[in-house]
Amino acid sequence: MSDALLEFEGLGKSFGGVRALDGLDMTVKRGEILGLIGPNGSGKTTSFNVVTGIYSPSQGRVRFDGQDITGLSARKVYEAGIARTFQRSRLCLPLSIYDNIMIGNHARLDNGLWFNLINRGALRRQVEEGYEKARELVAGFSGELADRMFEPVGALPMIERRRIEICRALVSGPKLLLLDEPSAGMTHDETAQLMDDILAVRDRMGDLSIIIIEHEMGVIERLTDHCVVLSYGRKISEGSYAQIAADPEVQSAYLGVD
Amino acid sequence: MKDKTTPKTGWLGLPPLAVGLGAVAAIVVFGWQFLLAESEIAVLGLVALAALGGWALGKTGIQDSLNEAMRSHNRSMNGAILLGLLAVIFLLGEEHFPLLMLTTMLLYMTVALGLNVQFGLTGMVNFAGAAFFGMGAYTSAVLTEHTAVPPLLILVAGGAIAAAIGFLLIVPVVRTAGHYSAVVTIAFGVLFKTFLEVNDVLGGPQGLMVGPMKLFGWDFNSSPMLLGMEMSFYANYALLGGGLAVLAFVLTQRLERSWLGLTLDSVRLDETASACFGLNVVRAKVLAFTFGNVLAGVAGALYGMMISFIAPNSFTFADSLLMVSIVLLGGLGSLWGTALAAAIVVLLPEKLQILQEYRFLLFSGLVILMLLFRPQGLLPRKVRSYFPSWRPQQ
Repeated sequence: MSDALLEFEGLGKSFGGVRALDGLDMTVKRGEILGLIGPNGSGKTTSFNVVTGIYSPSQGRVRFDGQDITGLSARKVYEAGIARTFQRSRLCLPLSIYDNIMIGNHARLDNGLWFNLINRGALRRQVEEGYEKARELVAGFSGELADRMFEPVGALPMIERRRIEICRALVSGPKLLLLDEPSAGMTHDETAQLMDDILAVRDRMGDLSIIIIEHEMGVIERLTDHCVVLSYGRKISEGSYAQIAADPEVQSAYLGVD
Repeated sequence: MKDKTTPKTGWLGLPPLAVGLGAVAAIVVFGWQFLLAESEIAVLGLVALAALGGWALGKTGIQDSLNEAMRSHNRSMNGAILLGLLAVIFLLGEEHFPLLMLTTMLLYMTVALGLNVQFGLTGMVNFAGAAFFGMGAYTSAVLTEHTAVPPLLILVAGGAIAAAIGFLLIVPVVRTAGHYSAVVTIAFGVLFKTFLEVNDVLGGPQGLMVGPMKLFGWDFNSSPMLLGMEMSFYANYALLGGGLAVLAFVLTQRLERSWLGLTLDSVRLDETASACFGLNVVRAKVLAFTFGNVLAGVAGALYGMMISFIAPNSFTFADSLLMVSIVLLGGLGSLWGTALAAAIVVLLPEKLQILQEYRFLLFSGLVILMLLFRPQGLLPRKVRSYFPSWRPQQ
């Protein structure tokens, strides 16, 4: 088994004349946390959308776990073992915590008509098993939250929603987790708590790899093993946080000096 | 922290089951009297009484006891409601018109439950409910008059035809996001009625005769004898229509309380995120659309047999609007809400003849008020509970 979990080869995505991703090469190793940073519009979220099959790439390849997943549908990518959170929270607000997490567990749920309408005993076992699993995941973040599994997500504060979103992504047992700006909309203290949460998740799930998009440099410094810096859809720098922070090209991309 | 322990006693210190059974009995007596009421004064008085009762439910804590009864004593309550429905039918006995109204209400409720799966759960508005209902009725007209197909199978055929014609619509409905399904179905509903009017084989504007329901040799147009009393022949249809409505309710409730219901909710709330978690959005929409259309088709087939004569004017766009307004009034995704709203929308104008001419005005006004002041409907949907008796330790 190779060391690389996810590889981009010359990945490109154009919207009309705009090249959101322009020949991006990137590798994520097994078990590492990779920071994906860059100014607004540099193609970070676009790369997530291309990987997860929301957009199909204009050129280049994506390989995941030894398999070519270029242009696969969102559903197939999820089945291959990639789960994500979204920049703006995309939980189903009227549904309960439990329901939201079970949406992430969809691959393991039986969606047959007979099973759901007639074979209620078997459904009940699945509902109870799912509950145990979801509760355990949530309890890993917050014991108090685990006692509120049947409350609508819309009633929760931002940090709790973010945690539920991460639980929803983790419940399927993915190999790769994509976190799109997990600190967005949160206070400094909440961000610090969430960082602890993410590190704890990584410790619990040994071989999970994470790509994290973040503007908060404190988060990147603390969490990541490796960083990739994008600007105008290209990789302009790569290395440890200390290395990229010292890179003059990164500084100019962020600060706009020549 | 809120106290989460289950109260042993509810309203007035009564056990919740007693409050629940009492409420079912009260609704049975009310329904019976309402269906029999002749004078407008009596009807208005009963409406005022119901409004007062509905208001008091929330104020006195009866509602909490009722919710508790439905949770902890689900089987007993369901049984009581079923017996209650039978009781109303027997109490009405030989009264033709009230039984016809009751059955019409039950069949509209069946259609509206299906529309609620499409609209309330999946987010696809179907403004062609009456067209799918009409397909069922026309199927039973053609099959009862020209073939020897057993009438029970004709009900199935009505559902199958509605599903099959629904498949023709599925491509544009599934492709279009959000409320564009409204435009597609409005166009289809209008097209359907026009097609019936110009089609001589299907009777044109004059319509068609429909043969009666027959079950195990029993002709539904003959009067059943029960406990020495001769009942109206409509009692046959009320019993079968009631069975159909109950079946539709149970299926819809099970659908909502399952992974499929969760899938439909997720598709309604966020299609893109759903796809990212592996949900098959197209399958979900096809399933919900077909489920609703089948219910409409089966209900329509029985409706045709009951009224024995159908014409394009029974299945207009206005009727489709009435069906959608049942869903909105009751509450999106709320099944008991649909049952209550079907009763209000079908029975009230029949009872208050003054309203008859203005019923569309009344209901459109009511729906607008509802959307403004109580958008969750008369009986708002609750957070999904997969099994009412299942309460994991919290």
